[in-house]
Amino acid sequence: MNKPVVLTESYAAKFEMDVLGVILSMKHEVRVMQGQGSGSIINISSTYGHEGAAGASIYVGSKHAVEGITKSVALEIAKSGIRVNGVAPGPTDTGMLTRFTGTPENKAALVTGVPMARLGLPEELANAIVFIASDKASFITGHILNVDGGHTAN
Amino acid sequence: MNMPVILITGALTGIGRATALAFADAGSRIVISGRHDDAGQAFATELRALCADVLFVRADVRREGDVRNLVDKAVERFGCLDVAVNNAGTEGKPGPLTEQTAESYAATFDTNVLGTILSLKHEMRVMLAQGHGNIVNLSSTFGSHGAAGASMYVASKHAVEGLTKSAALEGAGFGVRVNAVAPGPIETELLNRFAGSAERKAGAIAGVPLKRAGKPEEIAQTIMFLASDKVPFITGQIVGVNGGKTAA
Repeated sequence: MNKPVVLTESYAAKFEMDVLGVILSMKHEVRVMQGQGSGSIINISSTYGHEGAAGASIYVGSKHAVEGITKSVALEIAKSGIRVNGVAPGPTDTGMLTRFTGTPENKAALVTGVPMARLGLPEELANAIVFIASDKASFITGHILNVDGGHTAN
Repeated sequence: MNMPVILITGALTGIGRATALAFADAGSRIVISGRHDDAGQAFATELRALCADVLFVRADVRREGDVRNLVDKAVERFGCLDVAVNNAGTEGKPGPLTEQTAESYAATFDTNVLGTILSLKHEMRVMLAQGHGNIVNLSSTFGSHGAAGASMYVASKHAVEGLTKSAALEGAGFGVRVNAVAPGPIETELLNRFAGSAERKAGAIAGVPLKRAGKPEEIAQTIMFLASDKVPFITGQIVGVNGGKTAA
């Protein structure tokens, strides 16, 4: 059973890194890119940027916020030659996932929600980011690209 | 049988005020909250004239002590908490991302996100122990769509939708439902401040298929519907009340 455990301190710690950090990064990246008249920004969201999860409300809230910022700033600067998108990984085999799940059993249980029945690899996320960053994606902006083994197709 | 006990934050203006009025009829038990004592007491008197049993508790949702006290006073007065409407919210300081600062971020997120978190925390503390409860959060069209020049507000309302879904999943096994209403442009002072000018306000309304702003009373009716016991299978949902805007 997941009991909600919410502390004001945990909110600030998570949101300052995941939300304020993204805001300040984008602010200064946009400042330079507007001067150039070109640029491509990719923010990292998560499946939890558009789905809920019991026992992770602060993380979920922060990733939803990242998706909102991504869409808004894409609209703000759409005419300036700068694109802003998000990549939303499903469960990906990283140190963060190991910490987030806490035990090998919890980590393995995440795979049951993935139609491809495996975790993603960081390289697969990197490939998606490189594509979105490239000129091949020149008409894509304000979009959140799910890289999740089919999870959100469900 | 007693009427349900309803708690409303940000109850003194706009949608919160309309919601309190909608819930107020003979025998209703309502706890209203806001930051201004005089306005709060005056509104409580107005609601009592409609034969509601009303308690006003001053609270700033950004402060955990205030929120804890608000919920505790509601339970002390009425014995339980059946429905909570987390309506306290701010438009913040709209402007392009390039002008945002840690302060402008906090000005929006402290009320809209931390305020919702702390309200959910203390309401669920009571409701999980009771084995029943019903919470309605206030999102916005901008909880799922972007807007140029309003990234802080947009992001804060996206966060509210994430919190709503997670809290719903946590409460689902314990008889606690959590949903949100996502209004489009509604005729309130917040809309006037958010739009900043008559032209921008008209532009926001022009994007609504029904070609008008909504009324606070219309949002109140949807809140009452979600808060009722007519729809026990609805939880974790964001209900858009926006004149068709998100159908486009």
